[in-house]
Amino acid sequence: MPRNQEIKKVLVIGSGPIVIGQAAEFDYAGTQACRSLKEEGVEVVLVNSNPATIMTDKEIADEVYIEPLTVKVLEQIILKEKPDSVLPTLGGQAGLNLGMELAESGFLEKHGVKLIGTTAETIFKAEDRQAFKDTMEKIGEPCAPSLVVHNVEDGIKFTNTIGYPVVLRPAYTLGGSGGGIAHNETELIDILSNGLRLSRVGEVLVERCIAGWKEIEYEVMRDANGNCITVCNMENIDPVGVHTGDSIVVAPSQTLGDKEYQMLRTSALNIISELNITGGCNVQYALHPDTFEYCVIEVNPRVSRSSALASKATGYPIARVAAKIALGYTLDEIKNAITGKTYASFEPMLDYCVVKIPRLPFDKFITAKRTLTTQMKATGEVMSICDNFEGALMKAIRSLEQHVDSLLSYDFSALSDEELDERLQLVDDRRIWVIAEALRRGVSYERIHEITKIDLWFIDKLAILTEMEKRLGQEPLTPELLREAKRIEFPDSVIAKLTGKTEQEIHDMRIENGIVAAFKMVDTCAAEFEASTPYYYSVYGSENEAAETHPEKKVLVLGSGPIRIGQGIEFDYCSVHSTWAFAKEGWETVIVNNNPETVSTDFDIADKLYFEPLTPEDVEAIVRLEQPDGAVVQFGGQTAIKLTESLMKMGVKILGTRAEDVDAAEDRELFDAILEKTGIPRAAGGTVYTADEAKEVANRLGYPVLVRPSYVLGGQGMKIAYNDEEIEEFIGIINRIAQDHPILVDKYLMGKEIEVDAVCDGTDILIPGIMEHIERTGVHSGDSISVYPAPTISEEVKETLVEYTKRLAQALHVVGLINIQFIVMDDEVYVIEVNPRSSRTVPYISKVTGIPIVDLATRVIIGNTIRGMGYTPGLAPTADYIAIKMPVFSFEKLRGAEISLGPEMKSTGECLGIAKTFDEALYKAFLGAGVQLPKYKQMIMTVKDSDKPEAVEVAKRFEALGYKIYATRSTANYLKEHGVQVLQTKRISQESPNVLDLILGHRIDLVIDTPTQGNGDKNRDGFLIRRNAIETGVYCITAMDTANALATSLENAQARLSLVDIATVKNV
Amino acid sequence: MHFEKRGEYSFFLRRCGKIEMVTVPCAATDSRQKGQGKMKAFLILEDGNVFTGTSIGSAREVISEIVFNTSMTGYLEVLTDPSYAGQAVVMTYPLIGNYGITPDMESGRPWPDGYIVRELSRMPSNFRCEGTIQDFLEKYDIPGISGIDTRALTRILREKGTMNGMITTDEQYDLEEVLPRIKAYRTGNVVDRVTCREKKVLPGKGKKVALLDLGAKKNIAHSLHKRGCQVTIYPAHTPAEEILAEKPDGIMLSNGPGDPKECGDIINEIKKLYDSEVPVFAICLGHQLMALATGADTYKLKYGHRGGNHPVRDLETGKVYISSQNHGYAVNADTLNPQIARPAFENVNDGTNEGLSYVGKNIFTVQFHPEACPGPQDSAYLFDRFIERMGGTK
Repeated sequence: MPRNQEIKKVLVIGSGPIVIGQAAEFDYAGTQACRSLKEEGVEVVLVNSNPATIMTDKEIADEVYIEPLTVKVLEQIILKEKPDSVLPTLGGQAGLNLGMELAESGFLEKHGVKLIGTTAETIFKAEDRQAFKDTMEKIGEPCAPSLVVHNVEDGIKFTNTIGYPVVLRPAYTLGGSGGGIAHNETELIDILSNGLRLSRVGEVLVERCIAGWKEIEYEVMRDANGNCITVCNMENIDPVGVHTGDSIVVAPSQTLGDKEYQMLRTSALNIISELNITGGCNVQYALHPDTFEYCVIEVNPRVSRSSALASKATGYPIARVAAKIALGYTLDEIKNAITGKTYASFEPMLDYCVVKIPRLPFDKFITAKRTLTTQMKATGEVMSICDNFEGALMKAIRSLEQHVDSLLSYDFSALSDEELDERLQLVDDRRIWVIAEALRRGVSYERIHEITKIDLWFIDKLAILTEMEKRLGQEPLTPELLREAKRIEFPDSVIAKLTGKTEQEIHDMRIENGIVAAFKMVDTCAAEFEASTPYYYSVYGSENEAAETHPEKKVLVLGSGPIRIGQGIEFDYCSVHSTWAFAKEGWETVIVNNNPETVSTDFDIADKLYFEPLTPEDVEAIVRLEQPDGAVVQFGGQTAIKLTESLMKMGVKILGTRAEDVDAAEDRELFDAILEKTGIPRAAGGTVYTADEAKEVANRLGYPVLVRPSYVLGGQGMKIAYNDEEIEEFIGIINRIAQDHPILVDKYLMGKEIEVDAVCDGTDILIPGIMEHIERTGVHSGDSISVYPAPTISEEVKETLVEYTKRLAQALHVVGLINIQFIVMDDEVYVIEVNPRSSRTVPYISKVTGIPIVDLATRVIIGNTIRGMGYTPGLAPTADYIAIKMPVFSFEKLRGAEISLGPEMKSTGECLGIAKTFDEALYKAFLGAGVQLPKYKQMIMTVKDSDKPEAVEVAKRFEALGYKIYATRSTANYLKEHGVQVLQTKRISQESPNVLDLILGHRIDLVIDTPTQGNGDKNRDGFLIRRNAIETGVYCITAMDTANALATSLENAQARLSLVDIATVKNV
Repeated sequence: MHFEKRGEYSFFLRRCGKIEMVTVPCAATDSRQKGQGKMKAFLILEDGNVFTGTSIGSAREVISEIVFNTSMTGYLEVLTDPSYAGQAVVMTYPLIGNYGITPDMESGRPWPDGYIVRELSRMPSNFRCEGTIQDFLEKYDIPGISGIDTRALTRILREKGTMNGMITTDEQYDLEEVLPRIKAYRTGNVVDRVTCREKKVLPGKGKKVALLDLGAKKNIAHSLHKRGCQVTIYPAHTPAEEILAEKPDGIMLSNGPGDPKECGDIINEIKKLYDSEVPVFAICLGHQLMALATGADTYKLKYGHRGGNHPVRDLETGKVYISSQNHGYAVNADTLNPQIARPAFENVNDGTNEGLSYVGKNIFTVQFHPEACPGPQDSAYLFDRFIERMGGTK
């Protein structure tokens, strides 16, 4: 069927801020789909509240709205832009829900707009638990016995008929929020009541527990003509019970025979046909390990995290094809863009093995439970490709960037055999390391399988790795042994450790014996056809296929690895834009990255893509082959920066700011010298290595002090210490995560925090805009509400900021980007830190000022000047509207995580509020972050003593908004004394009803709880209040500045919002 | 490791949900798979390319035609597909043998002359696992090679076309001596080798189908039988008269190995079947033979279609099905007499003919494998169509 010519203008719904369960994969899918639509001459209107995305660039869509994703906003956009169609299947669950609401309400029909890519009926059948079950029953596809319940009593009754344990799955939630496995009635009541509240429709599915079965997924495509294909299937190494987003996944399935494979494939095709899906769909199965019995777990009638993984694992661009199908094309009319010879109706065949490992945030949330359940917790993932499973696993492990490089990285050798056996029962992110330890001790496969239910085939593969460890430790290192170790991807560093040699010796021995990595292609067809735009992965012991190219100029762009807290999608934005800018300047571009969720690893972003770990050894293999004229590290976050030294050793020129200058910004003494020379003040401080030194410095400066490791991103390990005990504690934690670099101890200054990104060409600087944080210093910049243009600072301060930025950029010889954080206290400007590289705020500030700073920085790196590119140096003229960046958190997904904000970053994403006035922008920012208040107009306040004066003002504002305020005793007394009507509530330790009952009563809109310092009982109470608030879906604020901002936002709540088309923002 | 002793090879089986460790004596496999004593093997292509790997299965020397298969699962079905007689097959998927030997066999034994893989799993795991590929190949004296760069080999076959090769464990091989021998190899008439010796009946209450076994995969008979048909399986050289004398409701021509033009006698008999009024459904070699019998021509493809991912378009409905394929020859659609046969299916990728519909006859034939095994089951509906053509389910 040819393209439907009636589709001329399409509204694409994005997925909003990055949260656990809905991450960068939707930027990847959305960007790919928008490009696919534009290629067909369709006008694309995009709405997404997330400014850090590539899909919200004006190059990607024709009209771009970075607005809150609510039905009202979408209706307004539809009225303004008059699209003929809405495509809701690219924005994850958020997009799908919005599409469905627009259709259900009759709005679309009334305005003659069609839903494309899916229908409301399809979404309903796939997403509504009962409708889904009925549909599956109709076509004879088995589901686990289950019942949809709307209250706890029905849940108990049903469970009593099918028996414990049961799985609970709330309807219409992200990443399985609020779901879990209940083994007894207490757990059932607990999880079920929580799930009912989180579900958009108050529905939870109670289901027979199929934990321990194999978990298998299929990615399926279908067109309007009824043609279906499967793109790929995937097998979770972790059996059913762990969310697929938190599982180690392998593609294709490894332990299924053709009978099982085809049985499930046929089932998946039947399901997609019955649901009448046109586009992509993901079907998840539980397969009994000892029979052919299977259950359909879930169907996602849209692109998903799994489809992004499947796309990258196979080379089949699912989102691109789904967009074409939405326009009316059939699969056999769409060319396979990788081969250029086959069609989209060809099923990809892999001749390699793909392993995905989730990136979990437990390094950030040390108090959070590491247990993996049906509730997803990962913030990101890495993917690796190899021609054997062991190698793919090893490559994925070292891609994780959490200080692991092999199965030896977590040491469980101190556990007794009994403890180890017990530890095996625990399902957490370190399980494969525990299994490795068990294998080293000779625990039988059978025993390991019995406990973990992990298939013996995978256990044997882990054993092959531990056997190799042993051989390397015991046998002389012959070339044959080395060859075998490299075949299964032992890194040189691990081989060196095990053999007692140096890494250099191993490296040299490899080169002497010709044991070098070769590169193979991902071509969708197992080499059956020649590929035109393939990408590459490395293997040992094979012939190299990557074509040698010798263009005039070639640049190596280093990506940013897995999405984790502190290093998010922003850095992918920068890498991609830099790549495009290099290409525009005529350079051949080579990207190295290992994150399957990102745009940078799409097959047609760079001239060449290497899907590889970002370690010096892996990058060296690429450098040997590609011989780039230079590498650019300043856009790939800390991951890329860390490779600088190694790249220089390999003889690769670092383009832009030199490595010594990057070091100077991080090295305390060098940096102090620079500050002195440039006459820029900073908070007093010192560099230390031990806790004793830290205490000495802290006492000299006077508490409170800021303690942080150098060379980290996102303030990891950063804390404010109020006394010696806290110093002890923090230094202990820091030393667990980063030992190689010194620790910085600074006097803590409480003032306004200001952030500046600038481009410097070595002489001139260009500052697109100055951003001011709503929260005072002490809250990490990534977790602060950030306002552009800075609203409360004077012209003089602005001038000082510009001047300081210029001096610092020049002193550090910055060529490219620089990011500086300042404190402004009593109109004095202090520097907090300088990062001569791209930052988290780059996409945001680029979009709201219309100044493409990554593009400019790249051109500067190549040799252009700011003046030469037509810009006036200095601070760019201020835009005539306000743009507010609001952090978004995923605390509800991480049981036990401390939610109070501090110097260590905790947010997973961000959204934008943009408007002519500050108040409206702020309202939009809160709305975009999902804060839709008021509901019940009741709130709880419990604040620390130093915040009490400010709490009065806050309380009065909420009182004026009609809020009924509850407070714990001391806060209540203080507020009463200062004329606030307040209801006192009992502390947690007191008998019911107390403050917890109040929260669990589900009638509270908001908790304002500013945490007391230290770890006393008071803080534990606060912790419980905050956790319970988060887990019952109550908005929780831990800083007075944020509370004031929310009050401002609510005071200015408007039913009708103004819309700003970002694509029209210009600034030259 | 605890599961491995000298001279023994052990693996786990799941039976009725219980795990059992089975130990089998195995002189060569384990020592060859791991550690010292690995026996080297060489794959020598007729163009002079040599791949060095490890010997699997039999250590004897073999010369054959090297073809590649891109299926990611179903190595066992591939091994036992009689259409591979006279060929050595290379699996492009690198991890083979993961689930061991299961009952999923398409015939009583493995047929390829040789087996070429990247890596054989040292420990298969599946609840139906009954043994290892290593032992299976050894039992049937089939030589193989593992540990070679199968992707590089596939690329050679793709670029230069299917060619002959030799698998040998003789480290002293002399290229000048062996290359002429390798080049001289011809697959020849292999149908005779694979067809059944005697007529066999699968009793059923439905339509009576005569299945001409040109090297039939089990699932063809099974697909008909499970639809209620009584299936009578005839050896390839059965005279048409003998088949027609039984008054079958329909005739099924199976898949099979080799160049269709080697089957002169059989083609003559098939012409007689064409002339009868009995409905005919043919697959793969059967499809090619019917085309040859009715005056069309076949030709050898550069490197064939072997795998489970080939899209075929039904020219009547425009609908596309993903099919299982295994053929090195194809019907030349340009040589069709439109009065006799018209294209019914085509390959979406390269446009080659994938099926024919015979004018004025109750005959339809396909190049691909609706019986799957291995591969997608999307076109299994063709068996239903055949039953309809025979007059329905009664």
